[in-house]
Amino acid sequence: MEEESDTRKINNSFLRDHNYATEADIISTVEFNSTGELLATGDKGGRVVVFQREQESKTQPHRRGEYNVYSTFQSHEPEFDYLKSLEIEEKINKIKWLPQQNAAYFLLSTNDKTVKLWKISERDKRPEGYNLKDEDGRFRDPSTITSLRVPVLQPMDLMVEATARRVFSNAHTYHINSISVNSDLQTFISTDDLRVNLWNLEITDRSFNIVDIKPANMEELTEVITSAEFHPQQCHTFAYSSSKGSIRLCDMRQAALCDKHCKYFEEPEDPSTRSFFSEIISSISDVKFSHNGRYLMTRDYLTVKVWDLQMENKPLETYQVHDYLRGKLCSLYENDCIFDKFECVWNGSDSVIMTGSYNNFFRMFDRNTKRDVTLEASRENSKPRAILKPRKVCVGGKRRKDEISVDSLDFSKKILHTTWHPHENIIAVAATNNLYIFQDKVN
Amino acid sequence: MFPKGTKRKFSDSGEEPVCSGDQGPSASPAAARTLSSSYSLQRQSLLDMSLIKLQLCHMLVEPNLCRSVLIANTVRQIQEEMTQDGTWQIMTQALAAAQCPADRLVATEVLCRQTDAAAQAGQSPKPFPVSGLEEGYHSEEVVMDGDVEAEVTMSSLSPVSPQLSSASYLPGPFGMAPCWEEEEEDGDCEEDEEEDSEESVSEEEESEPDHLRADSRTGEQVFGTFEIKHPAPPPDPALEELFSDVDPSYYDLDTVLTGMQSTPKMGPYDLLESLSSHAPTALSSSSSCRSDLNELDHIMEIIVGS
Repeated sequence: MEEESDTRKINNSFLRDHNYATEADIISTVEFNSTGELLATGDKGGRVVVFQREQESKTQPHRRGEYNVYSTFQSHEPEFDYLKSLEIEEKINKIKWLPQQNAAYFLLSTNDKTVKLWKISERDKRPEGYNLKDEDGRFRDPSTITSLRVPVLQPMDLMVEATARRVFSNAHTYHINSISVNSDLQTFISTDDLRVNLWNLEITDRSFNIVDIKPANMEELTEVITSAEFHPQQCHTFAYSSSKGSIRLCDMRQAALCDKHCKYFEEPEDPSTRSFFSEIISSISDVKFSHNGRYLMTRDYLTVKVWDLQMENKPLETYQVHDYLRGKLCSLYENDCIFDKFECVWNGSDSVIMTGSYNNFFRMFDRNTKRDVTLEASRENSKPRAILKPRKVCVGGKRRKDEISVDSLDFSKKILHTTWHPHENIIAVAATNNLYIFQDKVN
Repeated sequence: MFPKGTKRKFSDSGEEPVCSGDQGPSASPAAARTLSSSYSLQRQSLLDMSLIKLQLCHMLVEPNLCRSVLIANTVRQIQEEMTQDGTWQIMTQALAAAQCPADRLVATEVLCRQTDAAAQAGQSPKPFPVSGLEEGYHSEEVVMDGDVEAEVTMSSLSPVSPQLSSASYLPGPFGMAPCWEEEEEDGDCEEDEEEDSEESVSEEEESEPDHLRADSRTGEQVFGTFEIKHPAPPPDPALEELFSDVDPSYYDLDTVLTGMQSTPKMGPYDLLESLSSHAPTALSSSSSCRSDLNELDHIMEIIVGS
């Protein structure tokens, strides 16, 4: 897809495909699989809902495949930690798909403490014509059997079943914030506030701790790990971000314990904007490698930054997501919004990046043209199949007709989780308990 | 009120708290050598807010470690700045000086009770600011390593020990004196226990007018009603002697972070409810400097009373 047409589509042509309102629960993660055929969402109630894209129909070419519910299952249940007298939330923090290797689909889902590998498979045939059993399952009296037959597979209504194939538990004292599948497809990492553990997908009773930033004396704790991800192609490389705004790239070949980073990315603080909130807003909430493996993207409270892996001292690009909030940091600290963890995503060609904001707004930045757009995920302000209208926040002075002033922003409507189809311009955006899917217009 | 004319020792060119924009940022240009009172007010209110946040992190679900660490770092940063300015020192001195004689009686009694803190297991929640932080990671220490830390911290709670943990800024346990839970008791601490102990302590409190007075100040403190209900008493040499070996270093947040045993498993609303019985709870965020002496009063109570 040409860059130019990309841009045009991004700015003008995203239209609302459909939206699904899940009943009670706030969506806590969304993720396309590696082909984009499936879209998984996890919610606060521990459920996973998987959507599947319809095959494109030849009779209605203007309708790209829609996403319909494919499977729903309860991934995690609430637990109680008896040792500490604390509840363990069943909220799904992250879902990561494994690339498809056979007819079944596999995904990893995690709550604060436990990672599970789920197999989602279809069943559309069942054997009929058993010798020893009736059709309803009752055993036949062997003396009544006079002939033998071979059971045959008969078609049945499609049934999608999800089974938990592995449970990776008891490896994390603190809350798991991310998981990442290695490109070797044999291992994955799970990360909590102070440690990163490496697992083999086949082995559930042990994991290797590869990063540990817990200080010997806990009173010296000033920094926590906020996110970690494997490099998309190099199976020995991973990166983790911290609450102090730094990213460390580690090579697992160097040592068993990757406490020594091989690259350290941090932008020096700008003394002119320093305030008591500087550290909090520099805390990185998400880190993502680009698909081509050459760049890293990080999200902190007010900006998204793209880093070149070859340049550690400053980011390649910095994009302001909602700089108008800089003057409101005190209120945002008071109402805890300053601690919101926004995610960020690359598009398939790494030319556009996207992240969420407040008031159900989300932002896209085109890295090539340097243009950006603010869109809104809301039922009230967009009709189905209508092209999304770009939004604008007015920062002061005269407010134009369609603009929204900073003070009217609804901070309870935040878009923390978004995902982009690996090849096409289809995005899924979670707005509290609603899921929105947007596609670009087909010409 | 911080004495007027206190000069800033270092000029911070960019360093001003960015507060919600009603009045705009305080005018503290790099060249100004005088600590602007509105800046210090903003800083003060930020500090109070942060401590309340840390305190209210006690929920049934383990609190967010990242958030706690960020808030604790903010508090530390403010503290460092106040130390540089010299205002921290002033505050701790005023604190020692502000202790009123009647409280000393309470303090003495509390001191006695404190020594057998072991018997206080499962007592009322000590809504210590960073106990939420503790909750997440300290418990592990105790369980896994049979940590000595637990014992160390217990002994540090005794006021006579120079290791007394800072409790300095904690909108404390409403004068509920011996309310540091033992870490080992963590597992036993459930909400029912808490409620019981809260009740029992409040009963105790009612029977002691001094204590109650202290509580009402504490209660006010937490909610930031910054009015002086009692005039600051003149410094008492006897008190100063009593507290002479109190080391101001434990106002340091670090000791606060470790000094605390965990968990009150008290939800934020429980905290509000328990306080409502004491003082008027006008949530006021405009901190008048007159409140500071009040703060100092009750900080002293915490140190003594815990």
